[in-house]
Amino acid sequence: MRFGTTQALAGVDLTVAEHERVCIVGPSGCGKSTLLSLLAGLETPTGGAISGGGLERCALMPQRDLLLPWRSALDNGCIALELAGASREQARAEALPLFERFGLEGFAQERPAALSGGMRQRVAFLRTLLARKPVLLLDEPFGGLDAITREELQGWLGDALDAEPRTMLLVTHDVDEALRLGRRVIVLSARPGRVVLEVESATSTRDELREALRG
Amino acid sequence: MRRFGWVVVLALFLIAWEAHVRLRDIPDYLLPSPSAIGQTLWDDRSTLGPEALVTGREMLAGYVLAIITGLGAAILLRLVPVLRDAVLPLLIGSQVIPIVAVAPILVIYLGFGIAPKVLIVALVCFFPISVNALDGFARVDPEYRRMMRTLRATPRQVFWRVELPFALPGVFSGARIAAPYAAIAALIAETAGGSGGLADSMHQQLDTPLIGAGVTLLAVLALALYAAVGLLERWLLPWATGDRGSGQ
Repeated sequence: MRFGTTQALAGVDLTVAEHERVCIVGPSGCGKSTLLSLLAGLETPTGGAISGGGLERCALMPQRDLLLPWRSALDNGCIALELAGASREQARAEALPLFERFGLEGFAQERPAALSGGMRQRVAFLRTLLARKPVLLLDEPFGGLDAITREELQGWLGDALDAEPRTMLLVTHDVDEALRLGRRVIVLSARPGRVVLEVESATSTRDELREALRG
Repeated sequence: MRRFGWVVVLALFLIAWEAHVRLRDIPDYLLPSPSAIGQTLWDDRSTLGPEALVTGREMLAGYVLAIITGLGAAILLRLVPVLRDAVLPLLIGSQVIPIVAVAPILVIYLGFGIAPKVLIVALVCFFPISVNALDGFARVDPEYRRMMRTLRATPRQVFWRVELPFALPGVFSGARIAAPYAAIAALIAETAGGSGGLADSMHQQLDTPLIGAGVTLLAVLALALYAAVGLLERWLLPWATGDRGSGQ
């Protein structure tokens, strides 16, 4: 995937390989979310080009879980299958094994109001996964969670992606989260965002990234 | 205990009213006392009871018709924006037409049976229901629409799966607002053309205790309708009324 844009973002040039996990870190308002919206095909760039993105190939998970309060966790998770034409029963049957595999077996029938923030976020992630797209775009997926739940979900997300490999772009303002979840980390500057640092997470330290973030 | 606070308020009000009438020696034709109204309710129960049933049936039929057509019209106007732009201003304007003026005309068209009453009740209740539904459709958090778009939902799918369910609590609010309107509309409709409903008793201009008895029964009917809608909402939309627990 390749793109280069201007405006809110100034000169972001980036290629992501299949099944690669890339984290993008940047200060608030650096255009991180804009970047994901562009990739997802929800907005069109004013300049530059994106290939391999768009609504057909990308599934976007926003920071808010946006679960539908009248649907059970399972029915929220399988909604993309229903939208694609599967019956409610088919969709449930297909989604249930995933719920069981990823620690939600006891919660499938609960309504979102009965779930904790962490559980709701897991359901939202499975909903994104079940959109069956090659590319996952995660926009600060754990931004609204407390530190302990956040830590727990980071491990959970890593495991889930090992089991269901996808190309992943995750946006965050948390350097530790980026190092933990990305094979590659990209640091954006303040608006208009441009790439100030691009490193392999295995050979990089948080101090190095913090330094780059400070500019 | 707090659920029955209204009983205390009502009791105090009735006691003050009764005392006012008795201590000042106010004649019945100016202001009937609650006890006189109560006496009439009991004495005339054999005529008032059937009358209340007739009025109640008109209210219920018109109300159900208003919910079906009000929600149906709102859905149609939402799905066909051209139609909404053409019709909505006229719909709002039509609300200034006094129902008192329309009722006799409808009686001429539809006769003295239940039909004009049902239609008048439906006409009055239609507006709060349809407008609340339209408002609800438009007010859905745009982030949900975005999310559904990334899941490849068509605009139709977004409407039926997100906008309509989110608007239903608003539809119920509109329906609750419309419940007392249904009672007033039924009475106006009956006044325009005989029916065997409560209006018959309440037309005895100088028998104020009888009018008071009719008003009391009308209030009971409106409250019953209001309460029934509340129960229906709790049953149909448990997610919106605070009940937790298992979904489908």
